Amino acid sequence: MKPAPFDYLRPATLTEALAALAAGGDEARVIAGGQSLMPMLNMRLVQPRLLIDLGRLEELRTLTAEDGWLTVGAAVTQGQVLARPTLAQEVPLLAAALPWVGHFQTRNRGTLCGSVAHADPSAETPLCLVATGGEVVLRNAWRRRSVPAADFFLGPLTTVKAADEIVECVRFPLAKPGSGHAFREVSMRHGDFAIVACAATVDGGQATLAVGGVADRPSRRSWPLVDGGLPADLDEALNAFAWDLGGDDDQHATARYRRDLVRRIGRTVLEEALSCRR
Amino acid sequence: MPPLSSSPPPAPLAAEARHPVTIVLNGRRRSGHAHPRLLLSDFLRHELGAHGTHVGCEHGVCGACTVRIDGVASRACLTLAVQADGRRIDTVEGLADGNGGRMTALQEAFRRHHALQCGFCTAGILMSLSDYLDRNPKPTEEELRDMLSGHLCRCTGYAGIVRAVMDVTGGTAASQAHQPAEADHV
Repeated sequence: MKPAPFDYLRPATLTEALAALAAGGDEARVIAGGQSLMPMLNMRLVQPRLLIDLGRLEELRTLTAEDGWLTVGAAVTQGQVLARPTLAQEVPLLAAALPWVGHFQTRNRGTLCGSVAHADPSAETPLCLVATGGEVVLRNAWRRRSVPAADFFLGPLTTVKAADEIVECVRFPLAKPGSGHAFREVSMRHGDFAIVACAATVDGGQATLAVGGVADRPSRRSWPLVDGGLPADLDEALNAFAWDLGGDDDQHATARYRRDLVRRIGRTVLEEALSCRR
Repeated sequence: MPPLSSSPPPAPLAAEARHPVTIVLNGRRRSGHAHPRLLLSDFLRHELGAHGTHVGCEHGVCGACTVRIDGVASRACLTLAVQADGRRIDTVEGLADGNGGRMTALQEAFRRHHALQCGFCTAGILMSLSDYLDRNPKPTEEELRDMLSGHLCRCTGYAGIVRAVMDVTGGTAASQAHQPAEADHV
């Protein structure tokens, strides 16, 4: 349970960090909070030659709400975002979901961008990013590009991020007036990996459910509201969604149990999102 | 975005060498050496001889190694010693140091309420609480139990821990009724 040897670089600027990453190629990894990467290093599931520490870069401490987006830089911790007094107004779904991310002690170091880059299929932050229609801003030494969250995740621990790119920031759209949001999950212990996590948004005549922990990446589906309410055939729609997600059995739960959770919690969060519209 | 200058990136700390690391441990400047891969938990114990911080699961689940890094409760096993360079690290040994050499009110309450048996998890729980109660001095039992979910204790069932915290914060624990009479444990 000790990491394999690696070189360690704490760059003074983002420019230095990106240059080192470009030179390091596939054998370099970046670390910020380390709450996903350090367990992987300790268990030797990843064995980089070079670790580049972004944790102290002031340039990555952005936490702003402007132009319709909440922008969270790569060095901003989950605890800092959760402590933001205006978060419940800005991105209420994130305010509801962040208490489920790890524990008090890991949220103190873990970052939102790190969780997104890690891309665990059951993680809450990627789920919220997909549910709200957020985006991931990637940057390498030469260019910056923005990828919609729905296109960013490819599978377990797999994303479109290239080896020479970092997640510079993630951006959540600010909640619109009249929208509603709800989040629930089932896990073995509060703070553990979700068996099933459900995030719902109701906005502009449309209800959206995003599900984590079942498919190989967070997935979402939308339905139009009917006379301001959920569609009458929602149970059938949720059943179809649950089957389409294609979950597997593992040591925590069977695929059948996961489908049942999607049907039940999915309906609950959609109803909650509908009833809490502001 | 303009292309970067062609200056070479700075040299990293080499994997095979031990590098100087200086921290302020419980208010005192302490220095040692660490390979880049050395965990902060192992640096504290093996390099500085500060054995109060315990090592359990080494992947962030059990909470035994929790220390305060610049005041913030964090897993020492998910932090590299080189990342802690220049930081203030507070461990369980520092609690009494900062209280004139006597156990803190919380530590006393842990003893009084049987909030520990084997004690392996206790150091981490105390360090989490020292940060948490600074931010939330009067948590509800629900809030407290949520915070404690970041720690595994296999002896107490957490009831004694909850009672001890509620005792010092002036809150009430749902499990208060089971508290043994004072005479039982003096």
